[in-house]
Amino acid sequence: MSTPYAKLPGWVEYGLVPLINLAVAFIVAGLVVLLVGENPFEAAYHLINGAFGRGEYIGFTLYYATTFIFTGLSVAVAFHCGLFNIGGEGQAYVGGIGVALACLWLDQTMPWYVVFPIAIIGSAFFGALWAFLPGWLQAKRGSHIVITTIMFNFIASSLMVYLLTRVLKPLGSMAPQTRTFAEGGQLPKLDWLLSIFGLNIGTAPFNISFLLALAAAFAVWVLIWRTKLGYEMRTMGHSPSAARYAGIRESRITVIAMMISGGLAGMMALNPIMGEQFRMQLDFVQGAGFVGIAVALMGRSHPGGIIPAAILFGVLYQGGAEIAFEMPSISRDMIVIIQGLVILFAGALENMFRPAITRVFAMRGQRAAAVVQTKGA
Amino acid sequence: MDFFHVLVVLLESTIRVSVPLVFAALAGLFTERAGVFDIGLEGKMLGAAFAAGAVAAVTQSVWIGLIAAILISVLLSLVHGYASITQRGNQIVSGVAINFIVAGSTVILGEAWFRQGGRTPALAEGARFQIINFPGADAIREVPILGPIYADLLSGHFLLTYLAFAMVPVSWWILYRTRFGLRLRAVGENPGAVDTAGISVIWLRYRAVICCGILCGFAGAYLSLAMTAGFVKGMTAGKGYIALAALIFAKWRPKNVMLACLLFGFLDALAIRLQGTPLPLVGQVPVQLMQALPYILTVILLAGFIGKAIPPKAGGVPYVKER
Repeated sequence: MSTPYAKLPGWVEYGLVPLINLAVAFIVAGLVVLLVGENPFEAAYHLINGAFGRGEYIGFTLYYATTFIFTGLSVAVAFHCGLFNIGGEGQAYVGGIGVALACLWLDQTMPWYVVFPIAIIGSAFFGALWAFLPGWLQAKRGSHIVITTIMFNFIASSLMVYLLTRVLKPLGSMAPQTRTFAEGGQLPKLDWLLSIFGLNIGTAPFNISFLLALAAAFAVWVLIWRTKLGYEMRTMGHSPSAARYAGIRESRITVIAMMISGGLAGMMALNPIMGEQFRMQLDFVQGAGFVGIAVALMGRSHPGGIIPAAILFGVLYQGGAEIAFEMPSISRDMIVIIQGLVILFAGALENMFRPAITRVFAMRGQRAAAVVQTKGA
Repeated sequence: MDFFHVLVVLLESTIRVSVPLVFAALAGLFTERAGVFDIGLEGKMLGAAFAAGAVAAVTQSVWIGLIAAILISVLLSLVHGYASITQRGNQIVSGVAINFIVAGSTVILGEAWFRQGGRTPALAEGARFQIINFPGADAIREVPILGPIYADLLSGHFLLTYLAFAMVPVSWWILYRTRFGLRLRAVGENPGAVDTAGISVIWLRYRAVICCGILCGFAGAYLSLAMTAGFVKGMTAGKGYIALAALIFAKWRPKNVMLACLLFGFLDALAIRLQGTPLPLVGQVPVQLMQALPYILTVILLAGFIGKAIPPKAGGVPYVKER
C-alpha cells in the first residue's frame, strides 16, 4: 500500500492497536501452553497472582520493571533517531564496570548517597562508551548499526568474562565475580513507598533506582519533545534527507543519540548490581537489553508508554517465575516466548490488524456523518 | 606430536565446526541477496536442530529427523517472509522475534516432551549420521604427508559435511548462472526494475526465503544429528550470528562465504587448542580474545578498514509497488 494508513483517533492508535497486538501475542503463547499439555487459564492465574498477589511479589515486579524502563528508554531514544540499537545487552553489561568500579573504590569509606551518583555517572559513561564506537562507525564509516551492535554484544560478553575471571575477581576466589560490596555499595530499598499502600515488600530487592528510572523517563520525554537536540533527532528519524537539507549535522546527532542510548542502557546495571546482588556477577544483564526492544515497541517509544510496558514485562518475569514454580512443565523460558511474540506482533506485524481496524472506524465515521445529515434535513 | 600432525588435527576440527556456519551463511546469502535481511539465522538453526533431535529420537530415523528440521526451518522462514515481505514489517525486528520465540519454545517443548532438562534423548546409531570413511583410508594413513591428509582431512566426515561444501559451488551456480539466480540478485539491488519487467518481486523473495529455510534446516540437523547425538538447549550458541558475520566478511559472495566460514572455524579451533598455552612473542593470549576475534574482524571490515563490504542495495527495504 503506497498510501499511508488513514489516521486513527489517538486512543485507538496508542491504546487499542497495541492492546490487540498484545492480546494476539498472548493467545499464541496460550497455544504453546496447550501444546505442553497445561491449562493456559491456570497459567494466566499464576502469572497474575505471582506478580501482584503479595507485597513482596509486587516488589519483585517493580524491581524487574526498573531494569526494563532503562533498557526500553535506551532502545526508544535510538529509535527516534532512526537507529536500531540492538546492543543494549552489551552496553548494559559494560555499564556494569562503571558501577562496580565506583562501589569497589568507595563502598567502605562512603555512604550510599555519595557512591550512588558516582556509580550513575560511571554506568552511563561506560554504557555510552560502548555505544559510541558503533555510533561513530555508522556515522563516519557507514557500517550498519544493527550488525555492529550485535557484534559489540559478543565482544562485550568476551570482555566481561575476561575481566571477571582475571581482573576484577578477588584473589583466592573461584567464582567469576567481584567481592561483595560493603554498605556504601548497597542501595536502600523502597519499602516505605509500598508501605504507603499497606504492602510489605519482604525480601524483594525493589530499590531506589526505580525513582532514578522514573526520572530518566521524564528526562527522555523532555529531551525528545522539548529540546532542539530531540527535535533534530526526530527529524533525522522521520526523514534523513529532510534533516540533511535542514542543515542538521547527521553524524554528530547519530553519535550523540547512540551515546545517550548506550548511557541509558548502562544505567540499567545499577539496579541488579547495587540494588540486588551487591557485586558484579557474570551475566547479570540476563537478556534485559533485548527485553528493551519489546518494551520500546510496546510503548511506542514514548516514556508514557514505556513505563507501563516495562511493568508488563516485570509482571511477566515475576509472574513467570511463579508459573515455573507452580506448574513444573512450564519453565521460565515461557517468558522468552512471550517476549518474542510481543516483538513479532507489536513490532514486525504491527500493521497486520490495522486495515481491519481502519475499516471499522471508517464505517463508524460514515454512519456518524449520515446521522448528522439526516438530522440536518 | 610434530607440527604437521597438530596442523592436521587443527584443520580437521576447523572443517567440523565450519559446516553449520557454511550452511547458515549460504542461507543468509540467498535471502540477503534478494533484499531481505535475516538476523533470524540463529533461531532457524536452533529450531531445526531441535526438530531434528526430537523427531529422530521418536522415529529412530535420521532421514525423518532431517526432513523435520527442514520443514520447521522453512516454516520459520515463511513467518519471517510474511512479516517482512507481505506485511512490510521491520525485517530486523522480525528476525529478533524469531530468535526469541525459538529459544524459548525449544526449551519448553523439549522439557515437556522428554523431561531431560531441555535435551532430547541421546540418539542411537540409526538415528544419527555416521562418519563416512573413504576406501583405503585406514591403509593409507601411515603414508607420510599424503596419508593423514587423505585419511583425516578428506575422509572421515559426515554426509552433511560434504553436502555443505558441495553447496558452495551449487549456490554460486544457482545465483550466477540460472535465470532464477539472476532475478534473485536483481530483486535485491533494484526491485523496481524487476517489477517493471513483469516478474513478481514478492514471489521471488518468498522463494529466496524458502531457500534460506532449507539451508538453515541442514545447518540445524548437522548440529543435533551429526556433530552431537541429540539436541541440547541453546546449542547454536551464537553460530547464527557468526554466520551472519561471515556473510558480511565474504561481501555476499559464495566462494568468499566458504573461506570466511573456514577462517572463523579455524579461529574457533585454534582458541580451543591454544587454551592455556603461551604463544611465542605475544605470551598467553586470553581465550576470550580469540573467541571475540571473528566479531572484532567483522567490525573492522564493516568500518571499511580492510576493504569495503557493500550490502545489496535494496536490503532491509520492503518493496512497495508503485501505483
